[in-house]
Amino acid sequence: MRVGIVGVGVVPFRTVTPEYSWKEIMYEAAQRAYADAGVDPRADVGSFVTCAEDYWEGFGIFDEFTPDQLGAVLRPACTVTGDGIHGLAQAMMQIQAGLADVVVVEAHSKVSDLLTYAGVVHHAFDPIWNKPLGGHPYYVAGLEMDAYLRASRVGEKACAAVVAKNRQNALTNPRAAHGSKVTPEDVLASPPISAPLKDLDVAPLADTSIVLVLAAESRARKLAANPVWIRGVGWSSDSPWLETRSWTTAAYAAMAGKMAYAQAKIRNPAKEVEVAEIDDKFSYKEPQHLEALGLSKKGSTANAISRGDFDIGAKLPVNPSGGSIGCGNVIEASGLHRVAEVVLQLRGEAGQNQVDHPRTGLAASWRGIPTATGAVAVLGVGR
Amino acid sequence: MRKVACIGAGMTLFRRRLQETPKEMCWEAARMALDQAGLEIGDVDAVVFGSAPDAFDGIHMKGENVLDACGGIGRPYVRVFTGGGTGVFSPIAAYWHVASGLFDCVLVVNEEKMSSCQPHPQSVFGHIWDPILDRPLKPNLVWIFAMEMNRYMTVHNVRYEDVAAVAVKNKRNAVGHPCAQLADPHITVEDVMNSEVMAWPVHRLDISPPSDGASALVVCSEEFARTHRIESPVWFAGVGWNIDTTFWTDRDLYFPEYLANAAKIAYKQARITDPRRQIDFAEPYDPFDYKELHHMEGLGLCKKGEAPRLTREGVTQRDGDLPTCPSGGLLGVGNPIAATMGIKVGELYLQLSGQAGQRQIPHEVRTGVTNAWGDLMQFSSVVVMRA
Repeated sequence: MRVGIVGVGVVPFRTVTPEYSWKEIMYEAAQRAYADAGVDPRADVGSFVTCAEDYWEGFGIFDEFTPDQLGAVLRPACTVTGDGIHGLAQAMMQIQAGLADVVVVEAHSKVSDLLTYAGVVHHAFDPIWNKPLGGHPYYVAGLEMDAYLRASRVGEKACAAVVAKNRQNALTNPRAAHGSKVTPEDVLASPPISAPLKDLDVAPLADTSIVLVLAAESRARKLAANPVWIRGVGWSSDSPWLETRSWTTAAYAAMAGKMAYAQAKIRNPAKEVEVAEIDDKFSYKEPQHLEALGLSKKGSTANAISRGDFDIGAKLPVNPSGGSIGCGNVIEASGLHRVAEVVLQLRGEAGQNQVDHPRTGLAASWRGIPTATGAVAVLGVGR
Repeated sequence: MRKVACIGAGMTLFRRRLQETPKEMCWEAARMALDQAGLEIGDVDAVVFGSAPDAFDGIHMKGENVLDACGGIGRPYVRVFTGGGTGVFSPIAAYWHVASGLFDCVLVVNEEKMSSCQPHPQSVFGHIWDPILDRPLKPNLVWIFAMEMNRYMTVHNVRYEDVAAVAVKNKRNAVGHPCAQLADPHITVEDVMNSEVMAWPVHRLDISPPSDGASALVVCSEEFARTHRIESPVWFAGVGWNIDTTFWTDRDLYFPEYLANAAKIAYKQARITDPRRQIDFAEPYDPFDYKELHHMEGLGLCKKGEAPRLTREGVTQRDGDLPTCPSGGLLGVGNPIAATMGIKVGELYLQLSGQAGQRQIPHEVRTGVTNAWGDLMQFSSVVVMRA
């Protein structure tokens, strides 16, 4: 059974949102999505899924605080402690299992409320082996970037070009918080965080809430003139141990991609995918994920970047929204944001960042430091 | 829709387990469940993990930390979280993994380690409140459950000894459970009534003990069960879950309406129209003794206010007409929040497949129901299973 996306609500990203509580920002996104889909949550929606982690929220049992602002009171609702695409996958399976016809997925970031972002990330490190080492947790990204650059032919310059592209794309995306004119030289000259990772290689944080409305095929056709179909979804994890995982290739993305491609019957992703929103929480992650997902051949990614093969207007535009680097890192909402941007592209509603009539799009997420977990969704319009 | 079966269950000893890490407990339970099903981790397509607040273990993204111990490396792995309701909710997530047609065999692992939380796990519950409306009052769980218990007893004019009888029954039932923490063959209603008052009317022995532990289930499709020659699969007949408003102070606490909603969804799927007649035994969530009564009423196993009478008349004893918490429940076996899956859905599996040993209900049972309860007295998950 096919599952379609019939409603999208995105609160424009901002670096701080002091006028919103976490409930109000969720309410805003939900209202936008329900209006877009033309559904009444209290009558039409069979199930609600929120993607959240207690430590990000500053609560024990954050699940308590989800129903009222989503219209989910006295209805089936649950939390998935994962990225937005993990939540999307659960929602899709609930529909396919016949448990609900219409399911709402929500993910948000109120990361500006955190006084100690690095401290919270640090709490995700293994408490016995890794946490006692101390240091800012982004040292793991520095180590991984170093390993990846050594193993691939991608250099610091190519990573800097990714930053320039994504920041530039974000300038014309009304939902982005960090659009700016940055040259690769600016990136290379920015202060080091953990060599070779530099300040501008890192996606800056932002607040948002994203809500998607999913529906079973028959309902989707009634609710939307042109539903965006979830053609495939995959999620996977490499080792949680820093010491035993793959550092040069994003194995989790490769496995998640394989699963999603099999469902979508995609044999040659580099040819069939026409627009991609790919995790870029750090600049090197974009080429690393492109290679793992089979969207760029290992060894030729640096040249492709310098040729502009991933720009808007080229054959495979990557992160035309600006990605996390241009829009902002919205933690667990990152994956759902990428799906939302692909949906807008496939609907032809991406404004100045619109890619030329794409019919197949891909969104790929990574849960960030220190995880090796990611998820992939392949979306399409038409038949 | 595809039929979905449970074909294996495992659980660790429920205790204060300072010597073991969360990973080790997860592995132990997962290994037991796979052994019972006669499978290896290679047979498993996907893994679902369940755990309650991360703060107990003190690890952010707790699900990521234990994923290797649950067999999650290299396969789809997800953690679902509905507070105390997780114990019965993660099996529901496994159900939709299989029923959707995406996976054939799913391993569910639930784990909780409360002992590492000092001085007492109750301190974690200081962070579950609305920061503006509730937190300044410095409430704790015993305090609000006392309000709910009091409301329930007041509305239905329930005698305290009828509530205490639930604790006695469950702690005695737990005598046959190899993982039990507070089994007591000699406990009497007087013992419960004379135990220390925590927050009136809640006495110490009305409450299940905090604990450490893990449990696991193997869930699969009908075809998988057939091709692997599983002898006694137990089938998921219906699943449901429901959440009420966060504003618990705005609700009449005498009846769990969210549970009635969740049960209605599950019963519709299981084609149950008269739960009292069509259900043979129940494992309602019993972190407090009054909750068993509350949940029996929410599950529609009796009329509102009738559960204390059924308890008094022995209907809910293991050899009664409606055996309730034959496992010993949370009161007898222990309450490592999400890991109570082992004595809820796990007990349905063991009873319906005739593997409950000393705890086996003496007469034939074919349909069982269980629920778990969580968040701020606002969420319930329900599973109905058939032999």
